[in-house]
Amino acid sequence: MEATIPLLKVDSVGIRFGGLKAVSDVNVELFPGELVGLIGPNGAGKTTFFNLLTGVYVPTEGTIALNGENLKKQPPYKITRKGISRTFQNIRLFSELSVIDNVKVAYHSLAKHAIVSSIFRLSGHFSGEKDMDEKALEFLRIFNLDHFKDEKAKNLPYGQQRRLEIARALAANPKLLLLDEPAAGMNPHETKELMNLIAFIRKEFNLTVLLIEHDMSLVMGVCERIYVLDHGQLIAHGKPGEIRNDPKVIEAYLGEEVL
Amino acid sequence: MTTLKNSKGFWLSIVLALIFFGIMQFSISSGMLNPFYINTLMFIGINIMLATSLHLIIGITGQFSIGHAGFLAVGAYASAVMTMKLELPFIIAILAGGIIAAAAGMVIGIPSLRLKGDYLAIATLGFGEIVRIVLLNIEYVGGASGMQVSHLTTWPWVFACVMITVIVIRNFTNSTHGRACISVREDETAADAMGINTTYYKVAAFVIGAFFAGVAGSLYAHNFYIIQPSNFGFLKSFDILIFVVLGGLGSLSGSVLAAILLTIVTTFLQDYPETRMIIYSLVLILMMIFRPQGLMGTREISTLFTHKKTKGGKKDGSHNTVA
Ligand SMILES: Nc1ncnc2c1ncn2[C@@H]1O[C@H](COP(=O)(O)OP(=O)(O)OP(=O)(O)O)[C@@H](O)[C@H]1O
Ligand SMILES: [Mg+2]
Repeated sequence: MEATIPLLKVDSVGIRFGGLKAVSDVNVELFPGELVGLIGPNGAGKTTFFNLLTGVYVPTEGTIALNGENLKKQPPYKITRKGISRTFQNIRLFSELSVIDNVKVAYHSLAKHAIVSSIFRLSGHFSGEKDMDEKALEFLRIFNLDHFKDEKAKNLPYGQQRRLEIARALAANPKLLLLDEPAAGMNPHETKELMNLIAFIRKEFNLTVLLIEHDMSLVMGVCERIYVLDHGQLIAHGKPGEIRNDPKVIEAYLGEEVL
Repeated sequence: MTTLKNSKGFWLSIVLALIFFGIMQFSISSGMLNPFYINTLMFIGINIMLATSLHLIIGITGQFSIGHAGFLAVGAYASAVMTMKLELPFIIAILAGGIIAAAAGMVIGIPSLRLKGDYLAIATLGFGEIVRIVLLNIEYVGGASGMQVSHLTTWPWVFACVMITVIVIRNFTNSTHGRACISVREDETAADAMGINTTYYKVAAFVIGAFFAGVAGSLYAHNFYIIQPSNFGFLKSFDILIFVVLGGLGSLSGSVLAAILLTIVTTFLQDYPETRMIIYSLVLILMMIFRPQGLMGTREISTLFTHKKTKGGKKDGSHNTVA
């Protein structure tokens, strides 16, 4: 960990649903350019933590700050515009829209033409749409999806849908990219390709990445640091080597032959 | 490339529409078309406006609104007050009908920020009924016995308003703003996560949709000699809803097509209201069985001609709900 200021600072954040403390007292700091893993058994609260970071849920305790700015009570779309974007554990593409339109939706907040300009087809509409077209195609090329651009998103093979979701998240111009089990359901070859891709975009776009992943060898292989959640609490945090040998982590995963 | 093709088709359809306008205008002024057919023509135009404006709210933005007759009523009465009470020109009345209905759209759009699905449907249904009952109790506009209106709606007015409605809705839909609305329909959580101000676009859809329903209301009112609150009941909302559903949710040309077909069917069955209800129900049942996606599905007429018949991607299209 460098001595720079953190991009994301999560300070004793928690949320309860009725009597259930889904996440409690979680402290996380992410520094610019890092690739960090978030692991934990099923139901540990990983996805809930992402929902807290992106404003889907409002924390019942603690604070979240991006670049020193408190995100309290900001709606999700504003948090995205401030620089956190994500993918979902259950793919949530705009399935009736074409592949390229999915990416364009994410690029929407960067578009400059107003509704009036589009309705009356003023020049701003055409230049704005052209710019979006070009930008979106650029993202699709990086993900090798450009030859599918006019296909409906729902008609893509599963692995490509996952990639499209990442492309879309990237088009929202994030500083911090949250990936919720991006390799779920992929075969080993696809997974390996995906990990190379994540490493590439992280360099190319100067991203910080927080990655939830079940495939332990994968997380250990690519992440520089790892946080471990269990029953909503952080039970360990450190370098992959330290995590692998942490007795608490081994206990949490007991019975799951993954380590 | 594709945009060029689309805009070619766009100009072609405008030219065709203008030719159609000319032919109709000639037939009307030369007395070839009898008043019954002229009236049918007016109704087709008005219903196209109603169908396409509701299409924007339901088919594009996915907000299941079933009180569209409420906006029609607001537009009808607002414009009638303009011409009959304030003696303003018809063009002002048409605009006022649209603007006041749009304001009502904003009012009903606000609860849609919080309500989803069935709850929104019930709220919009309630809105439609409230409008009707309020009108019923305002003496200024004649209460239950209704309001006298002069016959000002002519074919050129209807044609111009239909063209403007369809073009504006098409242009809105085929832009980043329309995509934002579709993203709300497809997955609101994801739209939010992609930086779309979902509330803003829901309200925008309601406001634009209500505006054109209000304009349609102005034409509707001035096509009669009298308007009454009972013209704008739930059944009217239901008729408009059917255009959109039958045409195919999400297809603008589908809405237009359904509005034309059903208006013609309705006109010819005018004297047999029971038969009409039976035929309507039958059509709907058959539709749900054989073509639940509607006449056009989500496609547009323009794509029917350009699309090749290679549809091989079905094999891998079915796992989108794993994980
Ligand atoms: N909206 C909600 N209301 C009530 N309980 C919830 C809600 N969201 C999550 N939970 C609960 O919070 C806990 C954590 O769930 P979460 O989805 O965050 O786990 P996870 O670590 O992502 O698990 P997995 O590895 O299976 O994806 C679970 O017990 C879940 O049932
Ligand atoms: Mg999860």
